[in-house]
Amino acid sequence: MTERKQDVARRADKAPMATAWDYAPAPEARDIVRIQERYGLFIGGKFVEPLSGERYTTIDPAREEPLSEVAQANKADVNRAVKAARGAFEGAWSKLRPSERAKYLFRIARILQERSREFAVLESLNGGKPIRESRDVDVPLAAAHFFYYAGWADKLEYAFPNRRPRPIGVAGQIIPWNFPLLMLAWKIAPALAAGNTVVLKPAETTPLTALLFCDVIRQAELPPGVVNIVTGDGRTGAEIVAHPGVDKIAFTGSTEVGKAIQRTLAGTGKRLTLELGGKAANIIFDDAPLDQAVEGIINGIYFNQGHVCCAGSRLFVQESIYEATLAKLKRRMKTLRVGDPLDKNTDVGAINSKQQLEKITSLVQSGIDEGAELYQPPCTLPERGYWFVPTVFTNVAQSYRIAQEEIFGPVLSVLTFRTPDEAIEKANNTPYGLSAGVWTEKGSRILAMAQRLRAGVVWANTYNRFDPASPFGGYKESGFGREGGRHGLEAYVALDDT
Amino acid sequence: MKRLPVQKTYKLFIGGAFPRSESGRTLVAEGANIGRASRKDLRDAVRIARQAGVGWAKATAYNRGQVLYRIAEMMETRRTELAAVASSAGEVDRAIDRVVWYAGWADKIAQVVGTANPVAGPYFNFTVPEPTGVVGILAPEPPLLGLVSRLSPVIVGGNTAVVIASEAHPLVAIELAECLATADVPPGVVNILTGLRKELAPWLASHMDVSGLDLTGADGDAAELERLGAENVKRVVRGKADGQSPYDITAFLELKTVWHPIGM
Repeated sequence: MTERKQDVARRADKAPMATAWDYAPAPEARDIVRIQERYGLFIGGKFVEPLSGERYTTIDPAREEPLSEVAQANKADVNRAVKAARGAFEGAWSKLRPSERAKYLFRIARILQERSREFAVLESLNGGKPIRESRDVDVPLAAAHFFYYAGWADKLEYAFPNRRPRPIGVAGQIIPWNFPLLMLAWKIAPALAAGNTVVLKPAETTPLTALLFCDVIRQAELPPGVVNIVTGDGRTGAEIVAHPGVDKIAFTGSTEVGKAIQRTLAGTGKRLTLELGGKAANIIFDDAPLDQAVEGIINGIYFNQGHVCCAGSRLFVQESIYEATLAKLKRRMKTLRVGDPLDKNTDVGAINSKQQLEKITSLVQSGIDEGAELYQPPCTLPERGYWFVPTVFTNVAQSYRIAQEEIFGPVLSVLTFRTPDEAIEKANNTPYGLSAGVWTEKGSRILAMAQRLRAGVVWANTYNRFDPASPFGGYKESGFGREGGRHGLEAYVALDDT
Repeated sequence: MKRLPVQKTYKLFIGGAFPRSESGRTLVAEGANIGRASRKDLRDAVRIARQAGVGWAKATAYNRGQVLYRIAEMMETRRTELAAVASSAGEVDRAIDRVVWYAGWADKIAQVVGTANPVAGPYFNFTVPEPTGVVGILAPEPPLLGLVSRLSPVIVGGNTAVVIASEAHPLVAIELAECLATADVPPGVVNILTGLRKELAPWLASHMDVSGLDLTGADGDAAELERLGAENVKRVVRGKADGQSPYDITAFLELKTVWHPIGM
């Protein structure tokens, strides 16, 4: 991935200025995916009709076309799922030898690899993200995550010195729409490895890969009730959070909802991990390899339409290279291809939902109103679907909403700094603390900056890299707990004294 | 003629000094007049703790370990004075030993919880623990051992603390503060308030510059305090009043993961 990116950078450098290349359409075939007309809830190892009797339409945001009818789970449905999870926890799952548990997870990893194209196409159809990303990032990482945690299942005692780890019980897991399958893997893999059972709710707008995952579970012959998938909107999530039979809540989503969950759980003794919003600083020093840095800026904010909690949405450029950086950035933005998520040449896909498009639009308007200067490359958008042109704001003050609030869209705010101290001061000036980027050729400066940035993940001379072995999670109001790596297990074990 | 002893005035401990409550209020506890800290005192303490955190977090682990060990030395020296206001001499001994135990963790915790992560790409990827910031502590009983058991893991990891002492037995907390003041603990790293819990705890729990809460000493109001803490996503802990564990240190540590490229 990195080498390819660098190659792209080199080529972009040699390429003539901002020629709009003509690309023939290169659509990925969608017939590999069979979407059912309607889905029930996956409870106790099979699809059941929702007790709520309610369904809603899930769509393809790039075409505004309905894809399927999915269930809106209510309290009774959630209760049923929690009971199934409890039954499985107390039954087959906890009686299983850890080494056998591991093998189920290895199976899941392998099946995901085997069916990767199917998942990639469905992810792009239902979520709007470019097939290049779902094919090269989301799905392979999801499989890798299961493979990584599979191996932990029978080695837990090595992860927690002087403690005897045991599973917590039933984990309620609520995930966002930006990386539907990958977030599912981040939640389910460590939970199962540690011996828990789960009730997982995919995001309202992107339920289909989670529902397809149920077929992976079937193929892997996972005992019924170990994984239960309930679909629905925020009301379903609230029912999971409030259910007394759930022992642990893992939530990825907005800081606002995260705080509400923390309040709901206060005093209950239920375990909680939160992976919330971000407003990451991507800091470019004057000695940075500029072409690489520009690729990193692009990848930092336009990857997945900017629907990334760790997106590098605040760019801090050292004053002496401000103009050169901006010129290169704008030139590079002109080459971004916005359009059909299923086209293999697409860089920026569709905005996930109408609601999100409205939020981005209104925050961008606030940037204009507050006095920032907007730049958007010339770009033809499809007539139907939800789209937003990659956007960069200059002349941004730290107090502007576009510099403070998480936009969760392809919108970059550019600020400047003179000294490392100033960069740190400005970068840390946010209630969030999820991630940050530093670009400089000086190794000691990388480490000094990394030390002083109040963020859970710091990327040096790269951005938006993920790996199952690498812990991910935030400082401050970006949440607590880690996902990935040995530390990711901690969220799913109770530690008894030896 | 019998000599008239000089009595001690029990005051608050903020920023390394022993101020009276800005409110001028006192209350009687254990037969002495003690400071009845106000909301303003609490805010001052948090502000000072936040400032002190910059230097304390940067101090070397070796240095922090020595400062904690120095606390134990000062406690040992004042063993008699501490015992006079603690529940027993045994409590004092255990408290001293606990501080020594934590002192030794200062330069080891990162080796136990930190990792080098084998990512699938040309990166050196590592995870290190860092302090979370200012931690508010409601000291549990017994008043010295409980306080020391909850405070030591917080500061050894590089956090600073604002402690609300036991309401029923506050004297030993101020006695401990006198040890801290002479133990090279940088001013503001530990701040101890005495007074009425219900007047102080909600403001500590809701303060936006407090990053973590140790509610081990909370009773009926723990749920409400936790709820208030959600406003800035505080890390909330209810531990053991008489516990010692490296997991009590990590409860108030953040984990930072750094990706550094490998290349020629």
